[in-house]
Amino acid sequence: MRLQLFSPARFVAVVIKEFIQVRRDRVTLGMMIGIPLVQLVIFGFAINTNPKYLPTAVVDGDMSTFTRSIVSAMNNSEYFRIDKDLVSEKEATALLRRGEVQFIVTFPENFTRELLRGRHPQLLLQADASDPGTVGYAVSSFQTLAPEVLRRDYRPVLPGVAVASLPLDIRVQRCFNPEIETPINVVPGLLGVILTMTMAFITALSMTREKERGTMETLLSTPVRPLEVMLGKIVPYLLVGYVQIGLILVIAWAVFDIRVVGSLPLLLLLSLFFIAANLAVGVTISTIARNQVQAVQMSIFFFLPSILLSGFMFPRRGMPEWAQWIGTALPLTHYLQIVRGIILRGTLLNDLWTPIMAMIVFFLIVVMIGLARYRQTLD
Amino acid sequence: MKPVVTASSPAVDARNVTKSFDGRVVVNRVSIQVRRGEIFGFLGPNGSGKTTFIRILCGLLRPDHAEGTCLGFDLLHRRDEIKRRIGYMTQKYSLYEDLTVEENLQLMARLYRLDRRRERVDAMIERMNFGDRRRQLSGAMSGGWKQRLALASCLLHDPELLLLDEPTAGVDPAARRDFWDELHNLTASGITALVSTHYMDEAERCHRLAYLAYGNLLTQGTLHEVVAASGLSTWTVQGGNLSAFAVELRGLPGIEQVVPFGESVHVTGSDRAALTAAVQPFFSRPGLEWRETAANLEDVFIYLSQQRARDNFQ
Ligand SMILES: Nc1ncnc2c1ncn2[C@@H]1O[C@H](COP(=O)(O)OP(=O)(O)O)[C@@H](O)[C@H]1O
Ligand SMILES: [Mg+2]
Repeated sequence: MRLQLFSPARFVAVVIKEFIQVRRDRVTLGMMIGIPLVQLVIFGFAINTNPKYLPTAVVDGDMSTFTRSIVSAMNNSEYFRIDKDLVSEKEATALLRRGEVQFIVTFPENFTRELLRGRHPQLLLQADASDPGTVGYAVSSFQTLAPEVLRRDYRPVLPGVAVASLPLDIRVQRCFNPEIETPINVVPGLLGVILTMTMAFITALSMTREKERGTMETLLSTPVRPLEVMLGKIVPYLLVGYVQIGLILVIAWAVFDIRVVGSLPLLLLLSLFFIAANLAVGVTISTIARNQVQAVQMSIFFFLPSILLSGFMFPRRGMPEWAQWIGTALPLTHYLQIVRGIILRGTLLNDLWTPIMAMIVFFLIVVMIGLARYRQTLD
Repeated sequence: MKPVVTASSPAVDARNVTKSFDGRVVVNRVSIQVRRGEIFGFLGPNGSGKTTFIRILCGLLRPDHAEGTCLGFDLLHRRDEIKRRIGYMTQKYSLYEDLTVEENLQLMARLYRLDRRRERVDAMIERMNFGDRRRQLSGAMSGGWKQRLALASCLLHDPELLLLDEPTAGVDPAARRDFWDELHNLTASGITALVSTHYMDEAERCHRLAYLAYGNLLTQGTLHEVVAASGLSTWTVQGGNLSAFAVELRGLPGIEQVVPFGESVHVTGSDRAALTAAVQPFFSRPGLEWRETAANLEDVFIYLSQQRARDNFQ
């Protein structure tokens, strides 16, 4: 009988065993389902805060009944509270900078006359967007509020053309945070973050648990080979990863109204590489860690740069070069491109080869490190 | 490449096995031979290196030095072939507690790539009388049943050599007896077994044995060979206040060892004439009953350990 480096039968043996163990491990299963839920809810609330009655300053260079009725309509809406009416432009800017108001509404001189002549006067809303979650709803409500008020109250005086489409140029200017983070951007990213966190953790614990319980000794005394054990421990969790993806996508759709613009099958297929890469990290960590505590510490050591440097939290363009390099090495960086691309913009496979290759290379390197570190003896 | 194996070639022929942990020698140049089809007892107090030696035999630890063969395969370089042919039962229960009896056996059957898996597993469950326990989580069973499962799972692939590390520790006497009967049945059918234990009564159920103390092999052979090789003579005395009497005997010239055994005291020395001369004066004491007997295993082991300790001390 010849010796095999890889036997499908032994690999299947490990897979079956892991499946049974995962199924019976209620705590871990609960975590796998619970973590995505909790994270989405936390992030969801943070993003979804829908604050109302935000302090607003008004700079009114026109002072017509038109502008006044827009201002009072704003005050009556639930999003704005006119704190400082009729201030100068300079004063308003100072107020915004000091954080005393969240918005400035500016009506230029001759606003009404220009409007009636159909000349698209500018209506400017400046927002303090340093906390993007705060202003989102107010901003979008403003865009419909002004035209509606004018249409409702001044229909008879408006020229015929104007009723259909108001000759109004509503500008929104976000100050202090030009990179707008919206739930639309965060939730797809969260898919990658949650997978990174749970996948690496769970597998890192699984092999160190075998060492601590002594079952590793039994396993090592059988003919099973390192690659069979490592891959056997990865496969069952792939499935768990997909359950998580499903869960997150459903919540993204149901709660945040985010739909996958591009191809869902493509997204699922490419997620395979990402999940596998993270599982490989976990297995490799567990070949190095001596106990579960060390395994957890090492997983955190992998997790932190992933969320900080991948572009999930901060735009990578603003990072120093070394941080960008580290980011490039991490699978989450590439997966973010894929999920944001497919979910938000409908990116096609052809534009995603670079991140795919990056994840495959990462996976192979990590598995090789794991194989090199896998000890077939107890010492 | 099949190794040349004849019925008489030893199952284990390990020489000069040495292993140290962090600079401390735990197994010191130990050589043992285990013949095919025998039960070889591996005795010694806790911490004497039994587990370490067995782990080296099944390739779980890398020795600092070792020569020789296991089942005809080179100990150091043919670990995979050896692994396939041995059944190793760990000292601490190390099957999966969250798998049932049947699932544990199925796992083993798959890992050894056995044919007729279901059939073999069913047969093993039948043979070990698991009955309804086949669907019980192994972690939920009592010590005796865990031990049976551990034995079952290392027998499943029909190994040529069993390495059993303190298989009966913490098992009740009836189950221990059953276990030894089973072991004798197995070796009768050609399997070789190396069993570590620290129960002296179990030593007497082994065909041959070796005694290890603090990493050193002190003796090996059949029970009779071991006793004979020690060259010890023993007088057994019964009756009277033996504990006080034992104190009185200790240290007399010719008497090297006085060991109380419940109802009797064993008085032992390496020079029969000197020993007899030393005990003779007490023959006339009323209430005492003297008999010259062979030293038993325990006398020998205690003697050898102390001699070794003395040698090390000097
Ligand atoms: N992995 C290890 N690292 C360090 N020391 C060890 C290790 N395994 C065993 N030892 C030490 O080696 C000695 C022999 O242990 P062991 O082989 O378990 O003895 P036994 O099985 O006869 O009780 C003990 O002193 C033990 O503490
Ligand atoms: Mg031991």
